[in-house]
This record gives sequence, C-alpha cells and structure tokens, in this order.
Amino acid sequence: MIYRSLALIALPALWTLLFVAIPAALILKISFAEPQLAQPPYTPLFEAGEYGLVLKAHLANYTLIFSDPLYIRALGNSLLYAGIATLCCLALGLAIARAVSCAAPRWQPLLLTLIILPFWTSFLIRVYAWIALLKPEGLINAALMGLGLIDEPLVMINTGFGVVIGMTYTYLPFAILPIYASLIGQSPRLTEAAVDLGASPIAAFWLVTVPLARSGILAAGLMVFIPTVGEFVIPDLLGGSATIMLGQALWSEFFSNRDWTMASALAVILTILLLAPALILQRLELGSRPGMKK
Amino acid sequence: MPLLNIQGVSKYYGDETAVDNLDLEVEEGESLVLLGPSGCGKSTLLRMIAGLEMPDEGKILLDNQDITRLPPHKRPINMMFQSYALFPHLSVRDNIAFGLRREGMASAEIARRVDEAMAMLEIGNYGNRKPHQLSGGQQQRVALARALVKRPRLLLLDEPLGALDKRLRQQTQAELRKLNRQTGIAFVFVTHDNDEAMALADRIAVMQAGRLRQVDHPRRIYDRPVDRFVATLMADANLFESIVVEEAEDMVHARCGELELQFRADGIPRPADSYQLLGLRLEQIEVSRDPLPKGPNTASGTVIDIDYIGDMTTIEVRLSDNQIVKASQLNALHEPLIELDETVWLTWEADALVPLADA
Repeated sequence: MIYRSLALIALPALWTLLFVAIPAALILKISFAEPQLAQPPYTPLFEAGEYGLVLKAHLANYTLIFSDPLYIRALGNSLLYAGIATLCCLALGLAIARAVSCAAPRWQPLLLTLIILPFWTSFLIRVYAWIALLKPEGLINAALMGLGLIDEPLVMINTGFGVVIGMTYTYLPFAILPIYASLIGQSPRLTEAAVDLGASPIAAFWLVTVPLARSGILAAGLMVFIPTVGEFVIPDLLGGSATIMLGQALWSEFFSNRDWTMASALAVILTILLLAPALILQRLELGSRPGMKK
Repeated sequence: MPLLNIQGVSKYYGDETAVDNLDLEVEEGESLVLLGPSGCGKSTLLRMIAGLEMPDEGKILLDNQDITRLPPHKRPINMMFQSYALFPHLSVRDNIAFGLRREGMASAEIARRVDEAMAMLEIGNYGNRKPHQLSGGQQQRVALARALVKRPRLLLLDEPLGALDKRLRQQTQAELRKLNRQTGIAFVFVTHDNDEAMALADRIAVMQAGRLRQVDHPRRIYDRPVDRFVATLMADANLFESIVVEEAEDMVHARCGELELQFRADGIPRPADSYQLLGLRLEQIEVSRDPLPKGPNTASGTVIDIDYIGDMTTIEVRLSDNQIVKASQLNALHEPLIELDETVWLTWEADALVPLADA
C-alpha cells in the first residue's frame, strides 16, 4: 500500500526536484557567493581549508539590496505597481465576470472566447500597441486634443501609469476567469433571496455575491499579483528609468553587469516576496469554505 | 378589500404563455394554495407577486396600491424559496437578521426580533451554526424564520415541503397552519401535491396552462369540481360522458350506455340530447351484494379487480355494456370481503353526480 502511494507521487516529486528544488537551491547558493572574473563568474560556497571544507557565505548582496536606493526603489515599485494592477484587475474582472455570468447562457461561451482572444496574438505586439496608444503623439492624445479636451499631450508613456495600464490589460483575463468560475457556481436564488429580503441589487451583490465568490477573487488576485511583481517586459517598454521594477533590476544584473550573485540574491528576494502572500491567502482560504450548491 | 389583487396578469417567455390573463384575489390572513402540475405557471405567478418577474400585461395591487413595477426589495412581501436559498457564508442568526439589517433597524431591536423568530420556530440552539451544518428540516425552519421575521404583509412559499420526508412533511403542514393563524400573515403556497394543498389551504386555486380553473374552499374543490381537469387532479373519479334525456322539475335525467343517471339541476339549461360530462367520486358509491331494483343511479355488474389498501378497498365493476365503474368503501371489520367475479349492485345519490365542463 505504502509503495503504491510512493510510486504515485514519484513522478511529480522527481519533476519538482529536478526543475524546481535543485535550481532554487543553486540560485540560493549563488546568492551567497561573490562575483569573480572566472568561469563560473562566482566564488564557490565551500572551499577546501585546513580542516576540510570551509563555508564561505557572503551577505554582501543582501545588505546592498537593502541599503542601495536603486534596489529599494525597484522593490517598492514592484509592490506598488503590481498591487495597483491587481486591484484594477480585480475591480474590472469582477465587473466583467459578473456581466458574463448574467448573460444568456448561449452567449457565454462566445464572451469567454472574446476574453481570451488577445492571447492569439503575441504578447510583445500587444504591448507595442499600447506604446502607439499612449505616446504623446499617440491615438489617445490625438483623440483628446482633437476633441479639444486638452491642449497639450498627456504624459502617459514612461510613467507608472503606463506600466499599470499595460499590466492591467495583460493580466485581466487571468482575473476574469477564476471570478467567473466562482460566480457561475452560485445559485441565482441566493441573490433573489437577498433582494426579496430588502437588499438593493447593489447591496445584494456586495453582501452575497462577492463573499460567495471569495475563493475565486483570491485566486484571481494571486494569478495577477504573482506574475506582475516579477514583470520585466511591460515596465521595460511602457515605463521609464523612474519606474524600474525588480524584474528589470534582476535582468540588468545578470545580462548587463554579469553579476550572477546579485541577480540570484534579487531572485531569492522576489521569490520570498511572492511566497508570503500566497501562503497567507492559502491559509485564509482554508479557514472557511462556503458551500456552493444550486 | 382584498389584501392582494391580481388583475389580468400575463407573462410570456418567447412564444410560450406562462401565465394567461389571470385574475386572483388574496384575502388578509388567509392561506391560499396555488395547485397545479409542473409547468402550469404557478411558480411564475408567485415570482411575479414577489417582484422577481415582471408581468407583461396586467396589474398587481397590494392594499389597493399598484406594485406591478415596484422592485422586490421595496415590497412588504417575502418568499420562502423551494431550495431555501440560505446564505451559506452566514450563520443562522445572521441569515435571519439579514432582512432586518436592510431596514436599518437598531441592533438591539434586531436581536430581540431574531430571538423571537428563532424561539417561534424552535431553532434557538442553532444560532451560531452555518446552514450546511443543519438538517433539511432545520434549514426549512431557518428559511421560514428569515422570511417571517420581516413581518411581511404576505408570505410566499414555493413548494415548502418538497424536500422533506413524509413524516416531517405532515408535522410541518400542521405547523404552517398554526403559524398562519398565529401571525395573521397571509400565506400563498405553491404546490403540485393535492394532499398537501388540502391540508394547508383555506382556499385552493387550481391552475392549468397559465389559467385558473377553479378557486374555492378545499372541500368544494373536491366535492364540486367544475371540470374534468379539477375533478381528476384531486382524486380518482368515475367520469360518465352522458346524453341528457330530459329535465324534470329540479332533476336532470341522462343516459350513459345502460346507465340511467339522475342529477340535480343547477339552473344551467340542458336541452334533450345535449352532451354532459358527469363526475362521481369513488367513495360516494354504495356497494351491495343484495340485488337492488333497477332504476336511476343504480348499476350492477361483475367485480373484475380488487385493490385493498388497509382502510379502504377499491373495486372495479364491469357492467353488462362493458362500462367500468370504480367504487371504494371503508373496510368494516364484520363485513365479509368482496371477491373477484362476484356480482354486486351499486347505488349513489343524485347529489353525488357532479356536472363537469369538458375542456
């Protein structure tokens, strides 16, 4: 019996070991090393000493990350932009998911297809399209100036605003789908009961629909927050030097400075940053699980 | 003045007519049951009273005020859903308090009213439980408390006993009657179960295909159905498709095969040779093993089937013209049981024959 269950988990365990645990351990190891001009470009963690192997762990990378304003800013920007984009995605996602779930059942598959349709084109092309929309001589500014609403073009590109717009746009489908799934599982009788008991439709939505969609909303938040914190392409294309995010800092350490140790330390910080909310939310979610029967 | 006045209400779903130009009044404090087969429009009518569906035509008045377009949350009408629709994320207490909180009532007053409702429905011990931790019967009580605590003008109950087992159902029927009298709130039930309708109703409104066939006291619905549909919906009945022979004084004579039928005239003119459907309840027939003189409202034939169900025995008798008449009688201890192929005589009173519209 025990062998059978061991056999069952062997493959996923092996996969996790090879492609998650070992690489993560390597990165953790490199993050405690010092850069050097050699192959590989970092010092070994253990050196042969007088009495066998000696641990040579350096904390310089971590102390630098938490003292250098560049990294602190990158950290702060990552949390700020990812947080705002997540909130925007949740608000829009809730509205769109609600609209789709209320549509006639025969329209719903089409609407869901439209939501994931943007994935048919390349992600890069879609972000470039946002440059064309947001730049000073872009479509949005041209339209606003044509209508006489503004005299000078708005600065939208190379700002945090541009980054948040780009991330919200890109990750919105990841918010809509889990929220939609949790809304569609709810019995319409529940909102009817709320309204029948004197709740306005808006109150019924906040008091019944949203709490019952909690697990979907939490999942949507994670699905957006986790990739946006480490996002690299969107802030690189739509942001400027002031909006540098952790992913960009990591990329430049690795590819421009060839400082593998610093890049690894940043990667470790990023992972911890993402692990914490995931674990907290998972704990919250396991706390209560409302039934969803028709 | 009736509490609720439904005037010429219609509801269409595409080409289908769910409710067809329907008029109905509900009196203050009464218990009215909408009875009909599934798909007859009774639930749609209930949802229109609650405001969850809008009528396409007609008006709904409550206390003489037009509420046809009033949204559900502004109506002093509450509904108990068939699925109970308890909020799964809220405790029993919070479920019951939900409606009062929406009224902006002071929390002390809410607590008092919730306690009172929980005591009335004997669910005082479950306040902190979540709905999924309750049995079906307990959930039903919470749903009832949640609607009653609002002290509505009208309580709507959609198949309230559908999910309960038989024993609990009978107990709950009695309790619903008691609550109706105790609170003075008018109850409107929807059900497809005629026994349930009989047990719950002050008046029964029989619905079919979006229209009301008959609205009357349960006893009259059973004894004096107006048409074939109502007669057979309530219980088994013999139906005689007869031809009128003559109308003499206050009696009408008719013929159905070899049967001579005589029933009381009701003011409706029935010319000779006109068609008349007559209903006769099984238990209104007296069964005798001693020969009876031939005459109106008597028959004799051979027993071809016996159905013994404890307190009653139902027999099928084939007359000499092959008509089959069903009769049932209470099983008395000293009466020897009727046997197959025995010849029996049947007789009934003229009043037991009910002229029915054959629609």
